[in-house]
Amino acid sequence: MTKVKVGIIGTGNIGTDLLVKVQRSQELECSLFMGRRYNSRGMKIANEMGVPVTDRSIDALIDNPDQCDVIFDATSATAHRHHAPILKSMNKFTIDLTPSLIGKMCIPAINLDECLDEDNVNMVTCGGQAAVPIAYAINQVHPDVSYFEIVAAIASKSAGAGTRANIDEFTQTTKQALINMTHVDNSKAIIIINPAEPPIIMHNTLYTLVECPKMDEIKHAVSLMELRLQQYVPGYSVVVTPTFENNRISTMVQVTGRGDYLPEYSGNLDIITCAALHVAETYVKRKL
Amino acid sequence: MNKIQFFDATLRDGSHAINHQLSLETIGRYCRAVDDAGLSAVIVGHGNGLGASSLQVGLSKHSDISMLSTAKKNLKKTKLGIYMIPGFGTIKDGLLPAIEIGVDIFKVGTHCTEADTTKEHIEFLAKNDHEVYGVLMLSHMASVPRLLEEAKKMESYGAQGIILMDSAGALLPDEVKSRMESLVNGTHLQVGFHAHNNMNLATANTLTAIQSGATIVDGTTRGFGAGAGNCQLETLLAILKKMGISSGVDLYKMLDVSDDIVAGEIGYSGGISPLNIISGLSGVFSAFDEKVQKAAKQFALDPRDIFIELGNRNVVGGQEDLIVDVAMYMVQNRKIDNSSYLLESLL
Repeated sequence: MTKVKVGIIGTGNIGTDLLVKVQRSQELECSLFMGRRYNSRGMKIANEMGVPVTDRSIDALIDNPDQCDVIFDATSATAHRHHAPILKSMNKFTIDLTPSLIGKMCIPAINLDECLDEDNVNMVTCGGQAAVPIAYAINQVHPDVSYFEIVAAIASKSAGAGTRANIDEFTQTTKQALINMTHVDNSKAIIIINPAEPPIIMHNTLYTLVECPKMDEIKHAVSLMELRLQQYVPGYSVVVTPTFENNRISTMVQVTGRGDYLPEYSGNLDIITCAALHVAETYVKRKL
Repeated sequence: MNKIQFFDATLRDGSHAINHQLSLETIGRYCRAVDDAGLSAVIVGHGNGLGASSLQVGLSKHSDISMLSTAKKNLKKTKLGIYMIPGFGTIKDGLLPAIEIGVDIFKVGTHCTEADTTKEHIEFLAKNDHEVYGVLMLSHMASVPRLLEEAKKMESYGAQGIILMDSAGALLPDEVKSRMESLVNGTHLQVGFHAHNNMNLATANTLTAIQSGATIVDGTTRGFGAGAGNCQLETLLAILKKMGISSGVDLYKMLDVSDDIVAGEIGYSGGISPLNIISGLSGVFSAFDEKVQKAAKQFALDPRDIFIELGNRNVVGGQEDLIVDVAMYMVQNRKIDNSSYLLESLL
C-alpha cells in the first residue's frame, strides 16, 4: 500500500517527536519537514532519517503544493494564524498542534468522527487530551455533574519555551475544552510546573462534584475510556480509579511518553503527538 | 536606610489558616483599621491568589471580585494589592477584573525556578503602567545564583521589585542574608522578603532581610497565615521602633487590630499578644503581664501605658508592687487624650 504524504511545519520538540512517529506509521510518510534553520537539532535528525527538509517553512509548500496531502502544524499559535488560511486555500487537511484554537477542538476519544469532516482541527492541550475524556465518560453517566476541575502537573523540563511564555493559553484552553465537551459550564483548569530531578511523569487529577454518584457505573465508564485512549496513547493509564472522598470524585491519570524523540517523562508532549498521529491515520484510512 | 514598605498579607495568607473562609465584614473592618493605622498596602484574596479557589487547594467563601471590591470600598490611603500564580489565575479571568476594581499593586508569583511562566502577566501589567512585583516561592529550593538569574528574568519583563518567599519557613538567617544581598547587588529592583514561622525564625529572618537591604516586607497581623504563620507585623513594627527605624505605621493601632480583629473577630490564637510585645519593647520583666492587666482593669488604664511607664522607671524583677504605684500615678496625671501618650517617651 502506498503511504500518504504528510508535511510537518515546525521542527522543534513537538515537530520532531511527531516526525519519528510518522515515519513508524504504516499509513503515513513525511514528504517535507518544514522549518527555519538547517542547523536546528530537529532538522539534523530529519536529515539523518532521509526526510526531505526545507528552511523556507510554509513557502516551500506554497511553491509545490502537491508534495503533501495532510499537514501538521507544530509551530506557534501566532504562526498558525498566518498558516491556516494558506493551508485552507490549498485544500489541505490540517492538524494544528498549537493552541491557536482556529479549528474545531479535537480529542479523538470523544469526537474524532465529526472532526474528519473539518478542514482544520485543533489538538487542544495536553491536559485536555489526558483529562477531558475522563470528564466526558463521567458526564455520560451523570449529565447532572455540577463541577469539573482538572489539575495537570508536568515536569519543568517538558514545558517548552512556548508553553512557559503562554501559560494562560493552557489554562483557558483546557477549561474551554472541558466546557465544550461536557457542557458543564462551571469548570476549572489548573497547571503546575514542577522542576524536580529526575523529572516527574505527567500527572492529571480530575475532580468531579455530583450528587449521589453512581460509583460502579462511573468506574466502568472510566475504564472503557482508558482502553479507548490506550489504543492511540500507549503510555496512558488511570492510576487512581474514580474514588469518592471528601464529597468529591477524584480520578488520576498519568501519561508516560513513548520516548520517541522526547524522554519518557514528557507524557504531556507524547499525548499530543500520539493524538495528532491518530487523527491523521484515521483521516487517510477513511477519506483518501 | 530606605523607607520600608509593608505588604500586609493578613487577608491573603491568613485565608489559609481558616480554609479561605474570611467574611466580607471582616475584610471591610480590617481594611478600615489598617488604613487608619497608616499601613502601606494590604493584599487581599484566596490564600493561593487570584483564580485559586478550587477543590485542589480549597474553595473560597467569597469570589475574588467580591473580596477585592469590599476591600477597595474600605481603603482611603492604603494601597490594595493582589497575588496571582499563573497556572491558577489568568490575565482574562484574574487580572482584568482586578484592574477593573481598581487594584493598585500586583504581585505575580511562581515556583522559584519558573520565572518565565510570569512573563506574559508581568509584561502585560508593566506595559499598562501598573505597579507590579515578581515573587519567587519556596526560595529555599534554589541556589543563590539561580534565584538571581530568575529575578533578572522578572526584571527584564518589567517588574519593579522582587519578593522572595520562604514559603516553608525553611531558611536560616545566613541563607536569608546571602539571598537578599545577591538580589540587592545584582539587580536594580526593590527587594522584598516574605517569611514563614515554621522554625520560629520568621521575624528574625525578616529583620535580617531588612538589614541586608530589603525594602519590602511581607507580614501578617498576629502572624495569621498558612501553617505556622508568617512574620508577625506588630512584633516587627515594635522591633523597628526599638531600632529607631521609622515605619510610618501607628504601632498602638496595629496592636488594636491584632487583639480586636485577628484574635477577637477571626479567633486566631497564634502569634505574640500585644501586651507581651509591649513588655519586650519597654524592657519590663515578662511575668508582670497578668498583674499589669489586673491593675489596668481596676484603674481603667491602657495596660500598654503601664508597661511603658514601668520601663521608664527601670523596674527589675521582684518590684511588682510598683505596678499599682505607677497605675495610681497615671490616674492622677491622666491626660484628656491618653491614647499612646507614653509610647513616644521611649524613643
